[in-house]
Amino acid sequence: MKVKYLKLDKAEGPLIVMNEVEGAVYDEIVEIQMPSERRMGKVVQIDRDKVIIQVFQGTSGISLNDVSVSFTGKPMEIPLSPEILGRVFSGIAVPIDGAGEIYSSKYYNINGRPMNPVARLYPRNYIQTGISSIDGLITLIRGQKLPIFSGDGLPHNQVAAQIVRQARISDEEAGKFAVVFAAMGIKHDEADYFRKVFEEAGVMDRVVMFMNLADDPVVERIITPRCALTAAEYLAFECDMHVLVIMTDITSYCEALREISSAREEVPSRKGYPGYLYSDLASLYERAGMLKDSKGSITQIPILTMPNDDITHPVPDLTGYITEGQIVLNRSLYQMGIYPPINVLPSLSRLMKDGIGKEYTREDHPDVANQVFSAYSRVQEIRALAQVIGEDELSETDKKYMEFGRQFEERFAKQDFEEDRDIFKTLDLMWELLAILPEQELTRIDPSLVKKYLRK
Amino acid sequence: MANQGKIININGPVVKAVHMEGFMVREMVMVGEKKLIGEVISLEKDLGTIQVYEETSGLRMGEEVHGTGMPLCVKLGPGIIGNIFDGIERPLSKIYDSGQKFIPEGIGLISIDESKKWDVRILAKPGDMLDSGDVFAVVQETSMVDHKIMVPPGIKGRVTEVAESGSYNIRQTLVALENQGKKYELAMYQEWPVRKPRPVARRMPIEKLLVTGQRVIDTFFPLAKGGTAAIPGGFGTGKTITQHQLAKWSDADIIVYIGCGERGNEMTEVLEDFPKLKDPRTGKPLMDRTVLIANTSNMPVAAREASIYTGITIAEYFRDMGYNVAIMADSTSRWAEALREIAGRLEEMPAEEGYPAYLASRLAAFYERAGYVKNLNGTEGSITVIGAVSPAGGDFSEPVTQATKRIVGAFLALDRELAYARHFPSINWLSSYSGYVPMLGGWFKENVAPDMMALRVKMLRILQEENKLMDIVKLVGEDVLPDDQRVILEISRIIKMGYLQQNAYHPQDSYVPLSRQYRMLKVIERLYDRAYSCVKNGIPLSKIKDEKLFSDIIMMKYNASDEKPGLFQELEERIDRYYDGLESVYKEGAANES
Repeated sequence: MKVKYLKLDKAEGPLIVMNEVEGAVYDEIVEIQMPSERRMGKVVQIDRDKVIIQVFQGTSGISLNDVSVSFTGKPMEIPLSPEILGRVFSGIAVPIDGAGEIYSSKYYNINGRPMNPVARLYPRNYIQTGISSIDGLITLIRGQKLPIFSGDGLPHNQVAAQIVRQARISDEEAGKFAVVFAAMGIKHDEADYFRKVFEEAGVMDRVVMFMNLADDPVVERIITPRCALTAAEYLAFECDMHVLVIMTDITSYCEALREISSAREEVPSRKGYPGYLYSDLASLYERAGMLKDSKGSITQIPILTMPNDDITHPVPDLTGYITEGQIVLNRSLYQMGIYPPINVLPSLSRLMKDGIGKEYTREDHPDVANQVFSAYSRVQEIRALAQVIGEDELSETDKKYMEFGRQFEERFAKQDFEEDRDIFKTLDLMWELLAILPEQELTRIDPSLVKKYLRK
Repeated sequence: MANQGKIININGPVVKAVHMEGFMVREMVMVGEKKLIGEVISLEKDLGTIQVYEETSGLRMGEEVHGTGMPLCVKLGPGIIGNIFDGIERPLSKIYDSGQKFIPEGIGLISIDESKKWDVRILAKPGDMLDSGDVFAVVQETSMVDHKIMVPPGIKGRVTEVAESGSYNIRQTLVALENQGKKYELAMYQEWPVRKPRPVARRMPIEKLLVTGQRVIDTFFPLAKGGTAAIPGGFGTGKTITQHQLAKWSDADIIVYIGCGERGNEMTEVLEDFPKLKDPRTGKPLMDRTVLIANTSNMPVAAREASIYTGITIAEYFRDMGYNVAIMADSTSRWAEALREIAGRLEEMPAEEGYPAYLASRLAAFYERAGYVKNLNGTEGSITVIGAVSPAGGDFSEPVTQATKRIVGAFLALDRELAYARHFPSINWLSSYSGYVPMLGGWFKENVAPDMMALRVKMLRILQEENKLMDIVKLVGEDVLPDDQRVILEISRIIKMGYLQQNAYHPQDSYVPLSRQYRMLKVIERLYDRAYSCVKNGIPLSKIKDEKLFSDIIMMKYNASDEKPGLFQELEERIDRYYDGLESVYKEGAANES
């Protein structure tokens, strides 16, 4: 018979403390029965008979005496079946769309386990997103984790939505496509925006949503991405689906983690975030990938807003160290009216090198991407110079770079929300831009490719 | 009966237990019903603090802790090379073969394969006197590595019995020794505690280059066999690619690659690529000399702390056989963060940025296990340690970078600006340094060319000059500089694009032998000397800069190959022809005027 404990010793912020508990299990789920509602929590620390429990819904309304706490002895598990497609769940995987419980005999531990590097399959297939900056220069690979680094007020949601809408999976695999959406601390209108986008794209029946909105309990936010990724792993590795996971906003997630860490009086590291922020984020991001003996894949697009647009802030910084590149949005491009405002220079796709070129996109892709990067970075230097000495004083070559820069932003980076450019169109556009420059500037492209593709 | 404790406190990877009087500090223990592997880190009266190398979720209050009576050890013997292990030397491929796509906890202490049979050639004869470190048998472990079976440190004696050469597994006794009435039975493996450096006869001076085939490193910031180097850089600056390049092309005999808190896919990439890549010296697959240690960023944090010790102990074992070993740790910052996380859970007083006060001394102790040494058995061997550092926010003033900088001999600073411009390897030539240059001068003279070091200095000076000039250019533009200064800018551009930048994915450019590096430098020098003297003779830069010649020199890195040895000479002749012509035209012009 389950033992019930009827007395708490302390309730503060997200934590409750109980004494005289026997045989508590680290990380187990506890049920907290209050007179009018039931809450869940998890054991986060055990010291002799004293147990510290993190309450998902917070301690507001909990009294020290009028409760009954029971220990389940198990870490958090959620039931999963193919029925989850098209459903909406709360941040702790309780259905909130009124369509009833998920019945399944199989329960899955939401913490997951590290993928064995030997079992992994190195991702090599590119996903065409139809966005030139991404396809041409920051190519997304199936099984990759590629976050969007954004700022408040920038159109990261639109970029993510455009990717979801346009991400092309070859026809025979179209039926094996799913989206898992984890909302952490975002606003209601943002959540509604995504729901609308999914409906308009006609993929609503292939989407699983886990919603922890800005006014939902903060501690639940820690659980939300883990439930979402457990669902994604189930769909990818047991149902052989190609799963695109969108997690937004990672910054709110990290703030929730900081809040709990400070409530537990842990030693803080940078900007008050806990020392284990890196490991904790890694336990989410590393759940992307592919397995040798499974047909499915998990591709992650986490979205985070950089506080004060600062890329060295701990959240984008630690994320960048774990993820396989980043797509960086830039405020000044956006103010110039360029959508999507992707600044390609600090952006990067680490897996791109192995997923583009002859067998995947086109033979000229690696060289031409390299050349466009280096030319556009040269543009930045020349612009800085032009600001000092005036554009008229620039050398002829430098003037051509200025023109390259303008056309790059206006014709290549800028594209309509509805516009879906295929990879060949993107590559041809890159050649058109490079044709502006004198040919001897193209030092990063194999001369035979220049001969073949460059049209003056 | 073995010692037995009882868990009373669980906080992440740190567990405390009572009834721990009989345990020792650093003893390896089995924690709980699942027998999670852990290590005792401190003892106080009957209370012991344990760091656990596996996930502690699901551990229950009151479960037992069993002692093993031994410190954390690794098994050293045939079966290491070509394998991939976790942070405490458990083979990941074996875990995968047992049907585990995800790594579970409680798999127990498994290590190198004990049942596999190896062809052993026994070298010892009855009556031989064997000392610690002496080789008594040899196993051809892979196509590139002869695994020498040595007498473990601390054991010596006269051989009383030997087995016949033949096929054995690592547990079978091969040789029996007797010393002052004590008998020892030696098998193919030995065990060694990871935190204790293996003994050597003495340290030797560092004087040999570790050839990497990477131009910017070999020429400008050379690494030495037995030396240490740090590669710091923010994310996206190419730390991992640089480390992979070094692992692929360094002329070490054995490579130990530790993926410490990094991405799982990167280890998978190595696993997929290395068996296909050929060593440029022997033509054998690179995997045949490589050992991988993987503790990816989502694997337990305490095992991350242990992983670099496991790696360096394996490196020392191969060094003892007389091999040159290079060890790459990517990244030491994650190891330092693991220390910080554990220290935080122990509620130790934090020093800078939350790191424990012993961070610098632990780092120093790790790097000090590098060196060029005379082994106990009289052979010479070396360990070169190359650690990546991932500074928070790309800021090199943070504690791990600073503590590392104090210890290492070479510092290859990766630069975010260069990386954004896709200048790879993004090693900044102004802030990097190598302390091994003075020690390697003789080696370069003997093995490359007498003037190699002079060339190096000349090129660095041009780059430094360019840096100063660029400050002016940024303010007023290039056109206002006098021509002799603009030549510096043009030549620097060639050095940067044609020499410093190196394409890791280009078949000709990924690995460049030293002889070719030298020839390339000579071509650039020739161009500089001739162009500079033309400028001094009053010839305008617009004439001096021949676009075709300049761009061919930049592209020589892609066109040069062993099949076309004449390319450099051809370029030099073209330079001479062009400037001879230019000079004679201008001399005539000058003569006509007067």
